Amino acid sequence: MSDVDVAQAPALAGARPVAEGLFSWPDNPRLIASSCNACGTTTFPTQSSCPRCTGSDMREVMLATRGRLWTWTIQGFEPKPPYVGPTPFEPYGVGYVELAADAEGASPVLVESRLAESTPERLVIGAEMELEIVPFRADDDGTEIVTFSFRPVAGA
Amino acid sequence: MDVAIVGIGMHPFGRHPGVSGLEQGAFAVRQALADAGIGWSDVECAFGGSASAGNADSLVSNLGLTGVPFVNVYNGCATGGSALAMADRAIRSGDYDLTLALGFDKHPRGAFNANPESAGIGRWYGETGMMLTTQFFGMKIQRYLHDHGLPADILAKVAAKAFRNGSLNENAWRRKPLSEEEILAAPMLSNPLTQYMFCNPGEGAVALILASADKATRYTNRPVYLKSVSFKTRRFGSFEVFSPWLSPERVPGPTVEAAAAAFEAAGIGPDDIDVAQIQDTESGAEIMHMAETGLCKDGDQEALLRSGATEIGGKLPVNTDGGCLANGEPIGASGLRQVYENVLQLRGAAGARQVPGEPKTAFTHVYGAPGISACTVMSV
Repeated sequence: MSDVDVAQAPALAGARPVAEGLFSWPDNPRLIASSCNACGTTTFPTQSSCPRCTGSDMREVMLATRGRLWTWTIQGFEPKPPYVGPTPFEPYGVGYVELAADAEGASPVLVESRLAESTPERLVIGAEMELEIVPFRADDDGTEIVTFSFRPVAGA
Repeated sequence: MDVAIVGIGMHPFGRHPGVSGLEQGAFAVRQALADAGIGWSDVECAFGGSASAGNADSLVSNLGLTGVPFVNVYNGCATGGSALAMADRAIRSGDYDLTLALGFDKHPRGAFNANPESAGIGRWYGETGMMLTTQFFGMKIQRYLHDHGLPADILAKVAAKAFRNGSLNENAWRRKPLSEEEILAAPMLSNPLTQYMFCNPGEGAVALILASADKATRYTNRPVYLKSVSFKTRRFGSFEVFSPWLSPERVPGPTVEAAAAAFEAAGIGPDDIDVAQIQDTESGAEIMHMAETGLCKDGDQEALLRSGATEIGGKLPVNTDGGCLANGEPIGASGLRQVYENVLQLRGAAGARQVPGEPKTAFTHVYGAPGISACTVMSV
């Protein structure tokens, strides 16, 4: 596992996030969430109201970049549209990563994400995982589209 | 006012090229009317629906324009359960004596491709390949096996039982038994679930005629009583399909609440059930739902499966008609298929797959996106 921060790789210069408002990028990539000012619940992505306490006083917070794998699977067949992944299809990992509270105000939250690892033996519930921004596919005009992903922390 | 099921009808499940979902629905209604010995003009109120095969109320142009109030139900995997709940309430209210619940569907091949935006999620979630029910089921059973120390090979036992039972069901889609070895060796679709551990979207229809219990024997000499129908949606903290995030707070899913409410209303408990049909969208779902419905404790599933307790001749037969695994999942019809099977079992009319010992009580459970569950308790 390389220690190079993929998000900073020159190959991604000019790339575009898969959606606005999901993560900060290219500098200091973090997932963007919202926290309820009434009950403290953190949601990802952001939303304007709280599904826990029904309040609507939310503020934007950034999530921790490391967490632990809560569960996982491997997507073994090519999904139908609206999936627009690279061809030919390669199986990919998907899981929930439990992110601890962040000093800046996010409370713990489990985020569903693609995983950089798709070998079952290398995915272990409880293992430490780290956020990265990765190339996903090329858009029709050739622009690289990037998305968020988690990978097992090397040596963890 | 108690409610009885006095007529049942089914269009066989599977694939039926050239036969629309609506036509399959009409077929099931005619079967149910014949079973109850009534005509379409006798039906006082109707509820029905499909997820992707058209509006149930348009069937009046096929069945007859009798002026019947016909309500369309569009409630995902709970479409059949919701239609049944309303047909049941229509009788309990005292307004009607004879009602219809109908579910039918017709889906193309392959996994469902849900639209993220219709579920209130950004398009990116589908574009990057996370809007799949199959992934959710893989991840939920993965965590469940981990939490309760269960081995993954029991997933093959569930599927083998389903196909064995399906081979005894003339209306089932998959009628060829498969060995546990064949099931485990099939392509891995969503780890730890292989191809044969998943049900397929399919086609089919089920219709049920309900009557007030005091008039039931006018229509049948074997009324089956619908003791309770319960329908619940998710609460904050339950682990559900199509969730880009979860709270670390974990609360029981809608199945737990729907089952508990159904048992409470029926006045009996899970230990009193003689035969159960529970949602087995995939093998793991049957295992988890057995515990969520209260039919067993978390972690006890391995011993139950290995001892044959959930086989047709076992202590607690589960999915005697082959379940979703052998019948496929026409979304609108799936929940009512379970009720149809329980009526056959309680009538003693299930033929080669009849549960021995004259079962007196039965239970059904459906679960679906985005976190809904409907349960029934039935008795004779």
